[in-house]
Amino acid sequence: MTLNDFAPAAPEIVLLTLLCAVLLADLFVRDENRVVTFWLSIVALALTGLSLVMTAPVESILLFDGSYISDSLSQMLKLASVILVGVGFVYARDYLQQNQLLKGEFYVLGLFGLLGMMVMMSANSLLTMYLGLETLALSQYALVAFDRNSKSGAESAMKYFVLGAIASGALLYGISWIYGVTGNLQFQDIAAAISANPEMNGMPLWFGVAFVIVGIAFKFGAVPFHMWLPDVYQGARTPVTLYIAAGPKLAALALILRILGEGLGGVHETWQGMIMVVAVLSLVVGNIVAIAQANIKRMLGYSTIAHVGFILAAVFCGTEQGYAAALFYTLTYAVMVAGAFGVVILLSRQGFEAENLGDFKGLNARSPWFALMMLFFMFGLTGVPPWVGFIAKVTAIDSVLTAGFPALAVLMVLASVVGAFYYLRVVWYMYFDAAEDRSVFQAGLETRFVLSLNGIAVLLLGVLPGWLLKLCLDAIG
Amino acid sequence: MDLTHNILSMLIWLPIIGGVAVLAFGDAGDSRSTRAGGMRMLALGVSLLTFLLSIFLYRNFDTAIASMQFVERNPWIEALNVEYFLGVDGISAPLILLTTFITPLVVIAGWDSIESRPAQYFAAFLILEGLMIGVFSALDAILFYVFWEAMLVPMFLIIGVWGGERRIYATMKFFLYTFLGSVLLLVAFIYLYVRSGDFSFFSFMDVPLTLTEQKYLFIAFLLAFAVKVPMWPVHTWLPDAHVEAPTGGSVILAAIMLKMGGYGFIRMSLPMLPDGSEYFAGLMIALSLIAIVYIGLVAIMQKDMKKLIAYSSIAHMGFVTLGFFLLWSIGSGTGAELGMAGGMVQMVSHGLVSGAMFLCVGVLYDRLHSRQISDYGGVANTMPAFAAFMVLFSMANVGLPGTSGFVGEFMVIIASFKANFWYAFFAASILVLGAAYTLWMVKRVIYGEVANPHVAALKDLNGREYLVLGVLAISVLLLGLWPAPLVEMMSATLAQLVEQMSQSKLAAL
Repeated sequence: MTLNDFAPAAPEIVLLTLLCAVLLADLFVRDENRVVTFWLSIVALALTGLSLVMTAPVESILLFDGSYISDSLSQMLKLASVILVGVGFVYARDYLQQNQLLKGEFYVLGLFGLLGMMVMMSANSLLTMYLGLETLALSQYALVAFDRNSKSGAESAMKYFVLGAIASGALLYGISWIYGVTGNLQFQDIAAAISANPEMNGMPLWFGVAFVIVGIAFKFGAVPFHMWLPDVYQGARTPVTLYIAAGPKLAALALILRILGEGLGGVHETWQGMIMVVAVLSLVVGNIVAIAQANIKRMLGYSTIAHVGFILAAVFCGTEQGYAAALFYTLTYAVMVAGAFGVVILLSRQGFEAENLGDFKGLNARSPWFALMMLFFMFGLTGVPPWVGFIAKVTAIDSVLTAGFPALAVLMVLASVVGAFYYLRVVWYMYFDAAEDRSVFQAGLETRFVLSLNGIAVLLLGVLPGWLLKLCLDAIG
Repeated sequence: MDLTHNILSMLIWLPIIGGVAVLAFGDAGDSRSTRAGGMRMLALGVSLLTFLLSIFLYRNFDTAIASMQFVERNPWIEALNVEYFLGVDGISAPLILLTTFITPLVVIAGWDSIESRPAQYFAAFLILEGLMIGVFSALDAILFYVFWEAMLVPMFLIIGVWGGERRIYATMKFFLYTFLGSVLLLVAFIYLYVRSGDFSFFSFMDVPLTLTEQKYLFIAFLLAFAVKVPMWPVHTWLPDAHVEAPTGGSVILAAIMLKMGGYGFIRMSLPMLPDGSEYFAGLMIALSLIAIVYIGLVAIMQKDMKKLIAYSSIAHMGFVTLGFFLLWSIGSGTGAELGMAGGMVQMVSHGLVSGAMFLCVGVLYDRLHSRQISDYGGVANTMPAFAAFMVLFSMANVGLPGTSGFVGEFMVIIASFKANFWYAFFAASILVLGAAYTLWMVKRVIYGEVANPHVAALKDLNGREYLVLGVLAISVLLLGLWPAPLVEMMSATLAQLVEQMSQSKLAAL
């Protein structure tokens, strides 16, 4: 094997090298200059992104005895997650500085998590997938707890860790059953083995799949494995919540698409029922419980659960169209939720977390522009046109109806009406109520700039979604 | 320059871009600043320019052609076969004219009565105008739906920011009610897309559907459109929204947004689901008659002027739905066409009359900050010119011959006579009920002794109010005395539509 053969894995190699460099460099940076670490991480992300663009594969390439794959799906997801992590870093900087939390750990752990995500997105075997998942999960546990003085942070990290470990265990157990039944770890081989030997599709496989779905549902935060999600969203520092809310959802989608779509796509009747139950429960529980929340981070947590229901409903179809819809939905959802948490960060300042819905009161009087951006995010998440959430909703419903499940489609849209209430409440506070707090935002220029870009992207993607939809279809097809 | 190729795009995007420009221009945080003055001129300029463009549309509109004119068709989202597909026919052209006619009046009416954030106020109305024109000219279901729902956002803000005391309750109810109604429309559209292969309305009209499918789809359409019209029993958002909205918001709601429900029925339900429509025609007629009679009775008892006009709107919109669904009980073509034309004329006329009524209440509200009938009395003594206008519009609301209100109602009543005596009997009751609630209100507000010192101190109309009410008065009379151009505009399209509705889709299965 020559060095050239490793080229498709260059993004991961570049990221790992640079992140070690950031880790080392951070040791020699004094606290007052900690911003250097931030800029180094941004450079690391930029170079990773660059290597991704340069190694864009024409067709899918297998590497490391077939346990690693580089294809357009992995490429697209990786690029999106690099961007989302970068956006999260930008939003976080001023916040961390004001709260004396600007530490190298945040960036190093964030980059390690990104590495985990990228490995998951390129995983072509069950074990690589698990490896990536654990890298990501461990970084996330540590990130949640990284504010040492926060009791709620420590509590939610503990909760996250214990439950996450159980879920990982369930996933690994399921993987072992699938391996036991099919005798293969790589997704294409699993699919081939089952289609060559249909009697494999029996009770033992079903049993393995059930455990895998438990693991997936946990990582995604789908009901009934969602208990950790609102607590972690609320307990973690807002930049960490943003990090958890955006990128890892893409990784979780990769997990689903690779295992269920590629590996077990041929036997989708086996897992369809389970995904359906999880999707419906997520839609209903997520939307209804979100109404009762007064904390915006918690509310967005429950809203995530509801959106996961939409994504899983598209996956449930078991068709390429459904997978493409899920991909489009997850990508655009991540963009919207990153922006929403960005505004929460923007409103926070030293010693003050703008995490209650009431903190949004009168935002239109304080800053019409950022109130407008938050309005974009909220209507986008509601699924109102012309914002991109609407197109995502259309693609998901389209795939469900094409697969022939009108009742599920009706349930999906009715759930989104329930969801409209709590998103509208944020708009109501921003526009209809008088401001209680008239302090000036302390966020820097680059935060404001990126946040504005984020908001405009949510609108523009909704008006011109064609290219992204096409990319999604191509990545799946 | 030949405008005819993309006049519809210009009509849609000019007010939207103008609205963004108004927002960007800003008001310097003070409604009396020179900057705010410039912003108002900009807003007025944009709305007048849009009106001029629509006049150009009217001049170039060929009334002999039944099908779509000024068509623009470009791919938009190719992965979903969604097109940017616009066009107008005899049904949509009058409604577009109504929209561009009412919006400048609303801008003038809000000239100096809006004191907080005027730039956002005028921008919201301009953007809303573009979206409403989009609804009336979109021929692709997703494009239509984008405009249809995006429209809720500015209206949500208009009621919530500039509304009355219970504005938040009213606007949340308005948004959630209409959103709930329209999400099923989206599912129905996507279902039709899955069946037909693209989102064009014409493909939806051509795709064969079983009766069961048509029934379900009709119910989904009905929920969306009935909420918008609004029909009894899904009308309850309307009195709240109307009462709490600022004057301009009430005018746009009553004059244009309510028409979208009727437009939806005539553009989608009837031609796409002829058998489903036939199946539910009896129900639709029953609901329309309930709206006319029962809501008419409810209106009599109102103590709040805006609420009274809101209920009167529901009753009058009952004529629209009644006229549209008479075809199957008449049987022959010409009577049905009369009913549909009556419904269409009623939509345009109601747009003018109810808009004018809300503006009249707005004139009083600006002075006394009360909408209660009991706070007024003898207004004619202090505001004679205003009283003249108010009486004229009230007569039009009652449907007095010579005003626009008469034409549509008369056509629908004649058509319903051909269908069934009792339909006509109940429909005609509006002449009595409408007179009862409208004239009783006029008597208590306008006539009699001066009721209190506040009324005694009232000042009569200023030039701006004269202009707005005068323009509306002329158009109400014009349409009442000479409705032929309007009827002519739509007759070819309606004849074609009746033809289409009489052809069952079941045969193609």
